[in-house]
Amino acid sequence: MLTSGVVLFLTFTSFLIYEVITFRQTAVRQLSIQAKIISSNSTAALAFDSREDANEILTALKAEPHIVMAAIFDKEGKLFSRYPLNYPASNLPVASFKETYQFEGAHLISFEPIVQNNNVLGVLYIKSDMTAMYERLQLYATIAALVLTISFVVAYFFSNWLQRSISWPILSLAETARVISEKKDYSVRATKIENNETGLLTDAFNQMLSEIQVQNEQIQLFNQNLETIIQKRTQDLKEANKEMEAFSYSVSHDLRAPLRSINGYSKILLEDHGEQLGSQGVKTLNNIIRNGTRMGQLIDDLLNFSKLGKQSVNRVQLDMNAIAYTVCEDAKGQHTKEVDIQINTLPVVYGDSSMMRQVMQNLVSNALKYSQKKDKARIEIGSYQENENPVFYVRDNGAGFDMQYYEKLFGVFQRLHGQNEFEGTGVGLALVQRIITKHQGKIWAEGKTNEGATFYFSIPIDVGEKV
Amino acid sequence: MNNSIHDVDILLVEDNPDDAALVIRELKKNRLANNLIHLTDGAQALDFLFCRGEFSERKIEDKPKVIFLDLKMPKIDGLQVLHEIRADHRTRLIPVVVMTSSKEERDIADTYNQGVNAYVVKPVEFDSFSKAVTELGMFWLLVNQSPK
Repeated sequence: MLTSGVVLFLTFTSFLIYEVITFRQTAVRQLSIQAKIISSNSTAALAFDSREDANEILTALKAEPHIVMAAIFDKEGKLFSRYPLNYPASNLPVASFKETYQFEGAHLISFEPIVQNNNVLGVLYIKSDMTAMYERLQLYATIAALVLTISFVVAYFFSNWLQRSISWPILSLAETARVISEKKDYSVRATKIENNETGLLTDAFNQMLSEIQVQNEQIQLFNQNLETIIQKRTQDLKEANKEMEAFSYSVSHDLRAPLRSINGYSKILLEDHGEQLGSQGVKTLNNIIRNGTRMGQLIDDLLNFSKLGKQSVNRVQLDMNAIAYTVCEDAKGQHTKEVDIQINTLPVVYGDSSMMRQVMQNLVSNALKYSQKKDKARIEIGSYQENENPVFYVRDNGAGFDMQYYEKLFGVFQRLHGQNEFEGTGVGLALVQRIITKHQGKIWAEGKTNEGATFYFSIPIDVGEKV
Repeated sequence: MNNSIHDVDILLVEDNPDDAALVIRELKKNRLANNLIHLTDGAQALDFLFCRGEFSERKIEDKPKVIFLDLKMPKIDGLQVLHEIRADHRTRLIPVVVMTSSKEERDIADTYNQGVNAYVVKPVEFDSFSKAVTELGMFWLLVNQSPK
């Protein structure tokens, strides 16, 4: 609205200025043509000093009502003739022999030298009244102003109409969108103002809102359901965990006591009445004791394994060399046969101290156990670098295993050798795998029956101090 | 085993009769069970220590040299017994050794917080068990000196 007003105003102003300039130029040109005609007509009158002729020529100016006066001066500047004839001589200007056209107030004044064959014979003076012209110009300006006003009013109403039919609906849409995004209330609807293109836009916007609202409700419902499910699951898990804890506590307390009695009384029987039992009886009792002890070992291993699930990993910098060394020294101490253990230089890792010691201990004791039947048992502990992470390995030349049963290798209570071949509960490697998994690491193995086995593990180095 | 309630070296509080029998047998073998009394629950143990009920004739000054205390018992459990022993100035200096099947960290921490003198897990394997009992008896009756 303001823009169109300014544009209109500027257009009319420049138009008016242009009109004034052309009007003045036209007036000067017309007057100069007239003056030139008159002056060339006057040459004879001046040359023959005929004032009557000069007067006659000037009187012809009656036909031009806007010329209020005219005069001819001779070459000395003396008045030669004038129009009207009764015009007071005192009001006449001093003659100027330079061709001049200039505006003085509402009048245009001109001096036009009268020349014949390059001889200046005199000068013609004409005073033209421009009032009429100015009046026309004024009328012109009035009309222009009127047109301007009317255009302005029309533009105002037109822009109002445009605003109502285009801007308002769009502004109202934008406002609705703002309210929705602020309050997250998708039940708000934009008001349809007119049945045109913006009306269509509003309809489409509202339809989109309806869809969002429906989807939102579905999502919310889904979320609520999910939350209820999660709560229930959490509760179930808590209860299961509690039961599990009570169970393992009870296992730890109550399962051990009768075993201790079985072992204890068997031993008493053996000590106090061994001679009466005979060799068969003693063998049977020893079997009872051995199995009772094994049962105790199974319970301990199982408890350790389940406890590990609850323990959090406390990562510290670990000197794997020192760990390997002490583990091997301890293992050698418990081992009767001679064994060649080689420990290569091992890098530092970040891991839980007691857990990683347990890993090394289980792998080394496994290696010792399965190589005990070899004449020259040989164990190698080493490491190599793979993708920034060090990989550790424990290699033996013992009984090895058949890769066919690899899947069973790390399973709890899974064994690839009979109890009479090699003793064990089948928890050791499962425990090792669980520890490595808790460290976000990897464990794998290679083996061949009777040609030894190699167990590899790696834990990520980049976790630093993180739990 | 001496059944006198007045002159007691070892107070064994153990609800499992088999465990108790094995402990007593091992102590006896080493002649450490001469002045031993065996009680089967926490309530009885507290009655004995504080000379109440059937033990009202006892004098509280006749303190045992050591108490072997089981944790999981009917009526009043070992932890509660330990708490009451440590709460009373007349009994708080008696050495208490917890003997239990439990390897639970929680049990170990709880009993040490209550001021236990030793925590022993009873091994399932009999040889280890008898060795542990013998060493405990030897230590607390013969090696260790307790305040009078």
